[in-house]
Amino acid sequence: MLPEPSLPFAAAFAPALLDPARSTPSVVTGPNGKAAGRRYDVYRNNVTVSLIDALAAVYPAVQRITGPEFFRAMARFHVRSHPPTSPLLFEYGRDFPAFIEAYEHAQDMPWLADVARIERAWLDAYHAADAAPLSPARLSAVTPDHLADLVFVPHPAARCLRSQYAAVTIFAANRDGAPLPRIDASTPEDALITRPAFDVTVHRLPPGGAVFADGLISGLSLGEAAASALDAAAGFDIAANIAGLIEAGTFISLACGDPS
Amino acid sequence: MSTVIQPTRPAAMPLRFAMPIGGVAGTSFKPEHLADILEAGPRRGFFEVHAENYMGDGGPPHRALEAIRRDHPLSLHGVCMSIGGPRPLDKAHLARFRSLVARYQPALVSEHLAWSTHETSFFNDLLPLPYTEATLACVCDHIDQVQEAIRRPLLLENPSTYVAFRDSAMRETEFIRAVTERTGCGLLLDVNNVFVSATNHGYSALDYLADFPLSRVQEIHLAGHAEQADDEGDLLLIDSHDGPVADAVWKLYEIVIQRRGAVPTLIEWDSKIPDWPVLQAEAAAAQAILDRDQAAVFAGERHAA
Repeated sequence: MLPEPSLPFAAAFAPALLDPARSTPSVVTGPNGKAAGRRYDVYRNNVTVSLIDALAAVYPAVQRITGPEFFRAMARFHVRSHPPTSPLLFEYGRDFPAFIEAYEHAQDMPWLADVARIERAWLDAYHAADAAPLSPARLSAVTPDHLADLVFVPHPAARCLRSQYAAVTIFAANRDGAPLPRIDASTPEDALITRPAFDVTVHRLPPGGAVFADGLISGLSLGEAAASALDAAAGFDIAANIAGLIEAGTFISLACGDPS
Repeated sequence: MSTVIQPTRPAAMPLRFAMPIGGVAGTSFKPEHLADILEAGPRRGFFEVHAENYMGDGGPPHRALEAIRRDHPLSLHGVCMSIGGPRPLDKAHLARFRSLVARYQPALVSEHLAWSTHETSFFNDLLPLPYTEATLACVCDHIDQVQEAIRRPLLLENPSTYVAFRDSAMRETEFIRAVTERTGCGLLLDVNNVFVSATNHGYSALDYLADFPLSRVQEIHLAGHAEQADDEGDLLLIDSHDGPVADAVWKLYEIVIQRRGAVPTLIEWDSKIPDWPVLQAEAAAAQAILDRDQAAVFAGERHAA
């Protein structure tokens, strides 16, 4: 904890900003004895609306799905209970998907939280450090007896998310602004989010693909990751999956068994 | 501070316009205008960005800013340093700010006389402070830290406010004058903020400007405002940055330029962002006022302050 400030004005001014039940702080006033209520409300409004706008900027597909009125009401609750702790607003809303999952009025959209998780990962990938992706040629140069021991260094933008619902299809349909197709929300889908150059891409992974990608991103060897993918999905195609991950820009280099 | 913090990445391209940029008009840079700006090619003017939008590690924001910076002077405008707050500055945020200054070598670097963080909450607004000897000492200490970190003078912007503090003991102009004298910082005079605050607090904008240390002003902001009402039903102006500059603010701006001489002037437009030609036309109007003043100075009709 920081020491108590010797200047109490901020401690007096701040608490009512996000709490409409509190009255106007007594430290402030209008000019020449005028009241400060509606004046202080300008700050309340600026804070609340700008933070709701910040959530809307992070979660455009969620807002398109729910409509702005539903979204802003839900976001207002979240803003008041979980204001940002960082001045970087593109970092805001990490706990919003969990909030959506528990939100009473969103219970008939059980896939909504996973769509939000993809959107949060999309923005993290957007701001992640730049790095040149691993060239497919590097893998072809590895001798077969070294393949199982290969470890891949993930790209700073690469993320993998699993959903029991058709979260990737719902995300994609609601981000491009096109007319919405009919979607069977009950099909489980896993997402791979990458940004090989400057455009963030969200891929849908085949069965076993998320276990495989997760394993490799978290540092398992190719042999270990392939074994757990085969456990998860019999008939898992290792060659096609590793080629797909490399093509998508999931990795930047090989850490072990690399001939160069 | 003795620790040397290296920028996260060295400048990736040769940088021009790291020096003072003189009497030119610029605009806020908004990513939606990037294609139009690049297509038009290098032009007279400068661009200002909010520093916090470029504090991510990489990706499209830095690519856009590099493209803009290659051909134009840049103004880096910090929004979240919380210089006016009682809490110690966020060291991580200060290091990020310093890295951006080192990487993009902006012609102008500014922050606000305001605060936005208290305890662990970031409020994303420019909140007001009382003007007392105690807050003055705190603000000066914070500005010293920022200037030490970025190794150059900071420009401090006058706020727009809606309330006053009962225990304020000095005028805003008096406070700002003391800050600039004690810290050596420069000033960013936001003429719209002067107009908004003067209206909201019932004083004369001209009196405020007469009392303002104009010789320390190195950048001017112009922006649009919106109208609401206070508790008594009187006009309350909101610093909304969502429309064209008001006629009354243009008038005040001309008076400031006549007294101060030409200084870099920014058209700030942060929401309901118009098409690029509309924003460009506002900057052209400011440039015409700047050019008229510079022509008058050259003709010997007037000396700049």
